[in-house]
Amino acid sequence: MSDQQPQEANVPHEEVRSITEEESARRMPGRPPLILPGYTYRSLTEQISSIVLGRTPLGWWAGAFFLFLIVMIFLYAVGYLFYTGVGIWGVNIPIAWGFAIVDFVWWIGIGHAGTLISAILLLMYQSWRTSINRIAEAMTLFAISQAAMFPILHLGRPWLFYWLIPYPSTMNVWPQFRSSLTWDVFAITTYFIVSLIFWYMGALPDFGTMRDRAKRRIPQVLFGIVALGWRGSIKHWRNYQMAYLIIAALATPLVVSVHSVVSLDFTISIVPGWHSTIFPPYFVAGALLSGFAMVLTLVIPIRSFYRLHGLITDRYIENMARWMLVTALVVDYSYATELFMSWYSGDVFEEYMSITRMFGAYWWVWWSVMMCNVVVPQALWFRGVRRNVMAVFFVAMFINVGMWIERFMIIVVSLSRDFLPSSWEQYAGTVWDWATFIGTLGVFAWLMFLFVRLVPMISMSESKELLSEQELTAGTHA
Amino acid sequence: MGGRSDHNDDAGRVGLTALRKRLESTRGREYWRSLEELADTSEFREFVHREFPKGASEWLDSMDRRRFLKLMGASFALAGLTGCRALQPEEKIVPFVRAQPYDVVPGVPLFFATAMELGGTAIGLLIKSYEGRPIKAEGNPNHPGSLGGTDLFSQGSLLTMYDPDRAQVVRHRGEEVEYDEFLQNLLPLIDGLRARKGEGLRVLTETVTSPTLGAQLETLLGQFPKARWHQYEPVGRDNELLGARLAFGRYVHTVYDLGRADVVLSLDSDFLSALPENVRYIHDFAGRRKVTTERPEMNRLYAIESTPTNTGAKADNRLAMRASEVEGFARVLAGRLGLRVRAPELRGKAAAWLDPLVSDLQGHRGSSVVIPGRGQPPAVHALAHAINQALGNVGRTVFHTAPLEVRPVDQTASLRELVRDMNAGRVGLLLVLGGNPVYTAPADLDFAGALQKVGTSVQLSLYEDETSKLTDWHIPENYYLEDWSDTRGYDGTISVVQPLIVPLYASRSAHELLNAFIGDPYREGREIVRGYWRGRHPSADFESWWERTLNRGIVEDSALPAEHVSLRPGWESDLGDYRAPPQDEMEIVFRPDPSIFDGRFANNGWLQELPKPLTKLTWDNAVLLSSRTAERLGVRNEDVVELGYRGRTVREAVWIAPGHADDSATVYLGYGRTLEGRVAEGTGFNAYLLRTSDAPWFGTGLRITKTPDTYPLVSTQSHFLLEGTDVDGMRAIVRSASLDEYRRNPAFAHEEVETTPPNDTLYPEYDYSKSDYSWGMAVDLDACVGCNACVIACEVENNSPVVGKGQVANAREMHWLRIDTYFKGSLEEPEAHFQPMFCQHCEKAPCEVVCPVYATVHSEDGLNDMIYNRCVGTRFCSNNCPYKVRRFNFLQYADKQTLSYKLGRNPDVTVRERGVMEKCTYCVQRIREAQINAENENRKVRDGEVQTACQAACPANVFTFGNMNDRDGAVFGLKQDPRNYSVLGQLDTQPHTTYLAEVRNPNPRMEESE
Repeated sequence: MSDQQPQEANVPHEEVRSITEEESARRMPGRPPLILPGYTYRSLTEQISSIVLGRTPLGWWAGAFFLFLIVMIFLYAVGYLFYTGVGIWGVNIPIAWGFAIVDFVWWIGIGHAGTLISAILLLMYQSWRTSINRIAEAMTLFAISQAAMFPILHLGRPWLFYWLIPYPSTMNVWPQFRSSLTWDVFAITTYFIVSLIFWYMGALPDFGTMRDRAKRRIPQVLFGIVALGWRGSIKHWRNYQMAYLIIAALATPLVVSVHSVVSLDFTISIVPGWHSTIFPPYFVAGALLSGFAMVLTLVIPIRSFYRLHGLITDRYIENMARWMLVTALVVDYSYATELFMSWYSGDVFEEYMSITRMFGAYWWVWWSVMMCNVVVPQALWFRGVRRNVMAVFFVAMFINVGMWIERFMIIVVSLSRDFLPSSWEQYAGTVWDWATFIGTLGVFAWLMFLFVRLVPMISMSESKELLSEQELTAGTHA
Repeated sequence: MGGRSDHNDDAGRVGLTALRKRLESTRGREYWRSLEELADTSEFREFVHREFPKGASEWLDSMDRRRFLKLMGASFALAGLTGCRALQPEEKIVPFVRAQPYDVVPGVPLFFATAMELGGTAIGLLIKSYEGRPIKAEGNPNHPGSLGGTDLFSQGSLLTMYDPDRAQVVRHRGEEVEYDEFLQNLLPLIDGLRARKGEGLRVLTETVTSPTLGAQLETLLGQFPKARWHQYEPVGRDNELLGARLAFGRYVHTVYDLGRADVVLSLDSDFLSALPENVRYIHDFAGRRKVTTERPEMNRLYAIESTPTNTGAKADNRLAMRASEVEGFARVLAGRLGLRVRAPELRGKAAAWLDPLVSDLQGHRGSSVVIPGRGQPPAVHALAHAINQALGNVGRTVFHTAPLEVRPVDQTASLRELVRDMNAGRVGLLLVLGGNPVYTAPADLDFAGALQKVGTSVQLSLYEDETSKLTDWHIPENYYLEDWSDTRGYDGTISVVQPLIVPLYASRSAHELLNAFIGDPYREGREIVRGYWRGRHPSADFESWWERTLNRGIVEDSALPAEHVSLRPGWESDLGDYRAPPQDEMEIVFRPDPSIFDGRFANNGWLQELPKPLTKLTWDNAVLLSSRTAERLGVRNEDVVELGYRGRTVREAVWIAPGHADDSATVYLGYGRTLEGRVAEGTGFNAYLLRTSDAPWFGTGLRITKTPDTYPLVSTQSHFLLEGTDVDGMRAIVRSASLDEYRRNPAFAHEEVETTPPNDTLYPEYDYSKSDYSWGMAVDLDACVGCNACVIACEVENNSPVVGKGQVANAREMHWLRIDTYFKGSLEEPEAHFQPMFCQHCEKAPCEVVCPVYATVHSEDGLNDMIYNRCVGTRFCSNNCPYKVRRFNFLQYADKQTLSYKLGRNPDVTVRERGVMEKCTYCVQRIREAQINAENENRKVRDGEVQTACQAACPANVFTFGNMNDRDGAVFGLKQDPRNYSVLGQLDTQPHTTYLAEVRNPNPRMEESE
């Protein structure tokens, strides 16, 4: 299948004149097209659906098997954790939150770009979301799943996690609504449910297509079930478009609210380095930054592997690079504000926290964050960098790492130096901390593998919509 | 610092020169915690260089959870226990309060008075007993050596009582036998000995102060005239006794009245360490340090010492001096006070000290006291006696009595004589009653070798130890809680020891074993002890006397009377010549370990895990060095060095102790045990291997050779370095002032930091006007000497688990109460400050609002409650606690499987599960008990009725607990004191625990000279 794709994609359709990418660039200077010319409705559908309905490439099997092993490591680490207790991790007193919460915040942040791309860009009629929105949404779902696991794994008694959920308990006790951990439960659950519905809604017409194109019985039945009887009637389309926009409108506030609530886990405490009013916007910006970085981290290899350069053109990459730059600048501004406020407040504990972050035992954490999240993203000011896919990929990798270390700085470094020097301590993750972290990376990647194999990863219906608009525009220009 | 064994990059070494420079550049009231934070040793490198640093301890350490479970007594042999039958002895024992019904009421504890002896001095105790199970020790207020206070060893002894590693059966060369079989073998031997008038019979005991045991031994010597009785105690009173003989011509015991002493000079004495003999001294000393605005007066303590100790830490003026030079100082001081002794020249700081010290002592004639240390040679003791006489202190602050020992001897000489006889083959039957001489005897005597040449050897001891492996017979010994006996306190007061529980194992007492020689071999301990006392009180009302004695815990008027002794003519010349120790030779100082004493508590997890004062080390001993000496030797913390001393070598890890005398090294005794239990195994280094009989306490000629190895030492407080001491000073955690400053401004504690306006909060106030009680505590930093008794008392009371070295290395110790130690000043002459830290029971508790499941909530009487069953373990409360006093069960620390282990637990306190948070509760079980009693009697809880465990154990009365609603109560009064302040009050947590700032009384003339 995949090996046939390039030829098929480049087969010029009789209705559209064959033009090269260079020619297209010449026609629209500075703005490469979102879908490379040469696609027809049929070839587009063919290419996307064949990834799912066709034979599985060997590379996929190799990757999935490798990731499966990592999933097993994860299951082993978690099994041992439940059997023995959180003491297998490096957490201690005073650093009672460690890798688990770092990972949690990191994953939740990654989830944000999906919602932004799907909902906000949809409402703003940004057509460049089309080819990546489903990948981004899937990434969001899987990232939230990873994130949602950690607060439970990290509990001393994880089997009692449901006590954080308000349910009519025979003990007549509700969760404490003053605690931000309770708010987390609502924020994350809402976010997951809305994201799931939105992702599913968006995929409905494509599921119909898949059902119709499937040759074998099992895919026909399965896609038939998930397509919910989609026939593509004008009435269907009308209701569908309305519902999709409404859900997009519902999802939009979540882009801001979820990570704001997560940031309140820290803000409402009195720990120096946590107790700061700038956290909600700072966290949201950081979340979008890491989200775009992760989308790029996924999209660039997938595009290359499945030869989807024609659908996910360099213009997507460049646009996302711009977003990374903007969000990175907001994050950098937050860093500066934090430093300024710790000095301006005159609070000895806050001042000391800033100094100790920069020059204390964990100085390398702070400087790494500055390197990854402040210095490196500045490269994106340059068009040459933004248009160089490998360069963008490396910047994204720096940001992925930098955002993880940033959360380590916020959580671990702050806890390690709080009020009474007598309780100051050092923290280091154990082999189990690392196994769990690497394990979730594996689970996440494995789920992405399943996704690209089982679900059309690019929205066919929206791409075709875009294609027709593009043709119209091209026609006008011609 | 734990788990740094493979940290060997030079970049991280403590640059002591740089350090000193750095200290010189800091100003003001700045506190630092320990060396590591002063030095910029970049420990983060550990993180970079090691793939999985210390956190990996859980599965890589030898002390993992599995081992830990074993360690806390997983295999408590049920067979050896008394199972379901009543544990309380069937004989009549007498509870403490007469009005108490003697019958056991389930769930209602009884208190019994008894006494525990350690190193030849006993402390009177009240043991709390539930249905015949002793669970907690309190001080006996009737006992002059306690007055209600206790020491850490008597608190910790409860765990030794239930130690599954105790010897449980009689053994003959390793084979398990019945006691009867032993007797059947022994009795023919006794008959043979009787025929030879006891020739070849030797009895080796520890220090014997027990009148009954003494009488038995005297009887034995009467019946077997050629038998010999030897005594040896590794941490004994030889120097005190020999010094008294030097000064007065006879053995004399010395008792101090610190309550009347305005000026105290310690000559290398650690009289503020928590030993039974010191509890009263701590009480009296601390009593003279609590300043009030009405009476802004306090005593003054000068301490001259080699090793930093609690005494030095509390000293108003401290002089670090090698132990071997103290005699020179004492001679000079004596000379200045008009005594005619040969004295060397003093140099340096010691010389500068002399004038102010002499005039202060002379200005307090009759109200000063000079206390010589146990390790100082007889000459120093004799000089101290002479100085005290010259200052007119005798009869006022210093009293001389007959010795506590039934038969005082020079124990080292006594042991040497025994070993000589053993080597000569003159010992047919050796009876070792208590003690572990193979381990503790001076290395040059080679007791183990001599033991091979003994005909038959019998050891009676608590554990199957190093000695038991070499003796023919081993008889398990009753622990004091299972035993009938009698003993003497610090002033000679006799207590009858009554058992709280029938012996858990097939153990016997020394009385019973000895009786096989002199009478009925089956006579029970109670009859022996009663028999002795009936002989001393032959009157008809013996029974009521006996009952009264057991009830009160002391034999009335049994304190040894003060005797008038005068200096022997010519004592000055008998002092001998004093040769100043060679300056180019290192000195080695031997000291009993602050936590496990002479090694007898090595298998006690509570005591092993107890952070030692000042170093905060747990689970190990170390060579303590001064920073300058370490710098000279090129060693840093955890480096293993080889100590070469008099032809013997031992490898030990280094720990730098701020304030240690230069060119001197301190080693603590008691570690490096072999052949013992699961707790003691593999901890520390055996310093006895270097200890010789001619210089048991210190000597020069030590060689220290650096080795490339390191050994992980675990300290609970100096896990990491502090980067800006100036910032730390502004936190104003420990607030202190000199007495002069206090007189000028009693409210000095409130000038250091701004506080936020109160009630600046979103949440409604708690209203205590509707509640009868609002509990609170005041902690007097003036009085705290850092003795650790409260830490252990809290563990015992609250069923706190032991977690093991690996867990402590990752800062997971479970102590609800810790004694934070801060240093101020220079590395060589630091001023130490102790601060007991535990849950502050904040009114605006940061922990309460962040718990998502209401597991920690405010009670209507002002407590910050912890609901274990509701806790899911998010640990947010701990993060948000500015005092970091919450403790988390990261693993299943408490052993809940072993049924028998429950015997020693406090039934009023939940045993916590893995994954739940815990912390100080203000001993809520004691509060509720008092409230129930008060409600039954239709009254309110009286002031002082509730005593928390720390408060009850504290000999210094540091803690005052009570109802803050009670305007006449003690707590309310203390909270009005101008010294009263809240730690981190600037956070507006409004803690119910507040501290009374520390006032010190340094000699202004010495301050100037510095």
